[in-house]
Amino acid sequence: MSEQLIGEQVVAAELSGETDNPTPEEQRSGKRLNRRQLIVRRFLRNKTAVVGLVVFLLLALLAIVGPYVTPWGWDQIDDSSFLSPPSASHWLGTTQEGRDVLALTIKGLSKSMLVGVLVALLSTSMAALVGSVAAYFGMIVEKTLLWIIDLLLVIPSFLIIAVISTGGPQGAYSWLLLVLLLAAFGWMLTARVVRSLTLALKDLDYVQAARFMSVPAPTIIVRHILPNISSLLVVDATLNVGGAILGETGLSYFGFGIQPPDTSLGTLIADGQSSATVFPWIFLSPAILLVIIVLSVNAIGDGLRDALDPNSGASGRAM
Amino acid sequence: MSTDTTDRSTATAAPRKQRRTTEGTVLTVRDLNVTFPSEAGPVKAVRGLNFDLAAGETMAIVGESGSGKSVSSYAMMGLLPQNARITGSVKLHGDEILNLDDARMSRIRGRELAIIFQDPLSALTPVYSIGDQIVEAIRTHDKSVPKAKAMNRAVELLDLVGIPNPQVRVRSFPHEFSGGMRQRAMIAMAIANDPDVIIADEPTTALDVTIQAQVLEVLKTAQRETGAAMIMITHDLGVVAGIADRVTVMYAGRPVEQGSVDEIFYAPRMPYTIGLLGAVPRLDASEKQPLASLEGNPPSVVNLPPGCPFAPRCPMHQPDCLTAEPPLVPTDRPAHTAACIYSDTIATRELGYADIFPVPDLRPSSLEQAPRESRPTVLELQDLHRHYPLMKGAIFRRRVGTVYAVDGIDLEIRKGETLGLVGESGCGKSTTLLEVLQLKPPTEGNVVVLGKDVREIRSGAERRELRRDLQVVFQDPMASLDPRLPVFDIIAEPMTVQKMDKQAVEKRVRELMALVGLEPSHADRYPQHFSGGQRQRIGIARALALEPKLLVLDEPVSALDVSIQAGVINLLDELKTRLGLSYLFVAHDLSVVRHIADRVAVMYLGKLVEVGDVDRVFDHPTHPYTQALLSAIPLPDPEKERSRQRILLTGDLPSPANPPSGCKFRTRCPKFQTLSESQQQLCIDTPPDLFDLGVPDHRSACHYNAELQVI
Repeated sequence: MSEQLIGEQVVAAELSGETDNPTPEEQRSGKRLNRRQLIVRRFLRNKTAVVGLVVFLLLALLAIVGPYVTPWGWDQIDDSSFLSPPSASHWLGTTQEGRDVLALTIKGLSKSMLVGVLVALLSTSMAALVGSVAAYFGMIVEKTLLWIIDLLLVIPSFLIIAVISTGGPQGAYSWLLLVLLLAAFGWMLTARVVRSLTLALKDLDYVQAARFMSVPAPTIIVRHILPNISSLLVVDATLNVGGAILGETGLSYFGFGIQPPDTSLGTLIADGQSSATVFPWIFLSPAILLVIIVLSVNAIGDGLRDALDPNSGASGRAM
Repeated sequence: MSTDTTDRSTATAAPRKQRRTTEGTVLTVRDLNVTFPSEAGPVKAVRGLNFDLAAGETMAIVGESGSGKSVSSYAMMGLLPQNARITGSVKLHGDEILNLDDARMSRIRGRELAIIFQDPLSALTPVYSIGDQIVEAIRTHDKSVPKAKAMNRAVELLDLVGIPNPQVRVRSFPHEFSGGMRQRAMIAMAIANDPDVIIADEPTTALDVTIQAQVLEVLKTAQRETGAAMIMITHDLGVVAGIADRVTVMYAGRPVEQGSVDEIFYAPRMPYTIGLLGAVPRLDASEKQPLASLEGNPPSVVNLPPGCPFAPRCPMHQPDCLTAEPPLVPTDRPAHTAACIYSDTIATRELGYADIFPVPDLRPSSLEQAPRESRPTVLELQDLHRHYPLMKGAIFRRRVGTVYAVDGIDLEIRKGETLGLVGESGCGKSTTLLEVLQLKPPTEGNVVVLGKDVREIRSGAERRELRRDLQVVFQDPMASLDPRLPVFDIIAEPMTVQKMDKQAVEKRVRELMALVGLEPSHADRYPQHFSGGQRQRIGIARALALEPKLLVLDEPVSALDVSIQAGVINLLDELKTRLGLSYLFVAHDLSVVRHIADRVAVMYLGKLVEVGDVDRVFDHPTHPYTQALLSAIPLPDPEKERSRQRILLTGDLPSPANPPSGCKFRTRCPKFQTLSESQQQLCIDTPPDLFDLGVPDHRSACHYNAELQVI
């Protein structure tokens, strides 16, 4: 599942770093792993980030296996208990319609995380593409793209998403439209940062050298420019996950995002908030989960930034 | 100079600091050690530095980057970060100043010890005027000096360091000064409080040769005026020969040879010093001698193995070199010490660099024996112009002027020939190079590469085809290789672009790495695991991948240390002979050009001022600019340096947006001053063409050209 992508990469790096030194010769040639090992080591030194990563992985695990182990399905209605507080049969209580809050929360969690990770991946890729293309080609291309960026920045995105997502096609996959919309309004600031980084990179000798070799422009962007700003992109994608989850929750809370019968953390919080003081269990568990997810994702992002940043400045040998 | 000591002392009427030591030893350094912590273990940056510095004396510390020369001076100044561990003793007038607290050190810094940094741009605060900064330097140490008086003193100091119109310039901000002027201002600040010791940390490395000559003169004046002792940190042996009384050579954090400048240059006793001296290309060498190449790199100062740190690179090394690190011991002369157990052997057998170090055997290629006229032309520039519009305005952009970056140059390079293109920064040599590399039509004139006119190139495919034969090596080996690609991919890139077969690429990369002297098994390493010299070799391998006919070299050795530089120059020499290459070699270091080039073209403000055979031009320069340029280059030869007369150019390069009329050089021309008014009129009205001098292959663009011996 896609929410595991970031976690998986780090774990993979750890594993390959440990296993891949059979002979001294290979060990010397496999310096790339050493760089990764270094990043992993620096990341692991940051305790908050490690806790964030563990929490995030546990939540992802909960979202994936949760539906199979909880006693109740999320769309199952228990006729015998409406609005019952946490008990042995309903660990987190039930809602007004008699649905199990635990099952609902897990369902909402998985949807919110899915939306968050997809939006982050989409918007960061978009930002990388637009930002680097604008800077690399310059002239009219840059002007046009910057104009689009500025335009999108001043449009009230919340209202547009609200209008389109309620007025658009409904159904089991309508949340994908929400993902697209959130991504479409979330890439502009990063694109500007990518653009300025690319402007600095494109005058470096190795990019010039590639140009003088007649390497085609798309190859230069993909091969020489994007890898060299990858640390920014990784950090940005991570932090975007938190942003996207919050965005989705906010929209859903107001009834514009995920539409019933589908559910997300935002929808659940909206359902529970009217009776939050009387029946707090409906509201509390999704709200607490939301805070935990965003905190953990931000911790991971900060940790990654610290692990990568001095490195990106010193990809040479400068201290 | 307009100021002498008497009116300087009246200017600072406030009680002057009493100079405690006017003669004898000012600064004594004993067993200075500096250690930094690092992930890999303690970095022993300086290991046991000893010296005494007398008043008025200049001592040079030379060494390659990482040899600990800057760190030791920072340690003396107390400017190292907290985590550095400094032991030993530094005594100023007999008082210990090492490890004093910052407040007490601040009273000494700037007042008794002054420092001049390498980069004058970052050493001056951009938001304060030059005058304010000098006033601050004065008043920090003596609050009783009134502001107005301090300002007067600032004006005098600026005058002393040769800044024209100091009354006005004192109110200028650092960005309004050129690099050379900023460095002068730095010197003015350093001598503002009459320091006893001036530490100059590579003060001229960032400057052009003509400006370097000016600044070195100013340094000498400043030292003469203050009577201060000076520590000159540099890697340029020519500068050392011109300015130093004594020399300390450092290697891997340790002094390996100390002595008077003549002893070090004429009777070096440590193989490293000998190699260093042999590795410098000589401006005054008429016949081509191969350079000594010091194989390998300086060792890392983390976990040094026992024994002489230079042993792995030393061709003379014996097993007993590896048992213990040799101490600095007196040689056959009393004040001359060297850290080599074989220094006696060197002394008695009078070994020179050619006896100790392997020197490649230079054979002229079969091409070079053929007369020049019969060889095909590989590159031709015909009346090349490149002008850039100067735009102004945010919304309605309008053209307010033109930058005449390249303003009509004609050049040709024949097969198997190296053309050196030289000039100060800003003279248009890089623009010329870009015009050649871009293969796009210039503003005016034409570029013909291998008989193909760039104006006739219609498609990208055609351009790509032509680029097979035209490749480039850049100046900065750190920036010219993509840090995220392994070396194999870097060298293979041009071949992938030309869609070569995978197997062939694989084979070719190994071949190329062997050709440039790299271990082919290192192909899957990343650039950051290579040293500067090795990276430059990777760059050369990449350029050679497609067997080009013409290689454009953009200052390929100027970012490298001397010993490494020699290896790369030898490699370029050898490749040229073996592969029949032609080079367009752009450089500001004329010694390197003399060594490597067959012909030389001197550029000034977008125009060529003198073109010809390299020996002819260097030995018989006829254009005043060439003469000034040549005379500005310091020679690594103290005798010659002492007897040389420098032609000092005044001022900086005029802006290429607003060049002078007629001869562009006339505003700085020393000859122009000596002409009568009617003769000057010709220079003002008529831009000179490149005149034939009656000698084959030597042309010069001066109305009054005359030969002058300057080397």
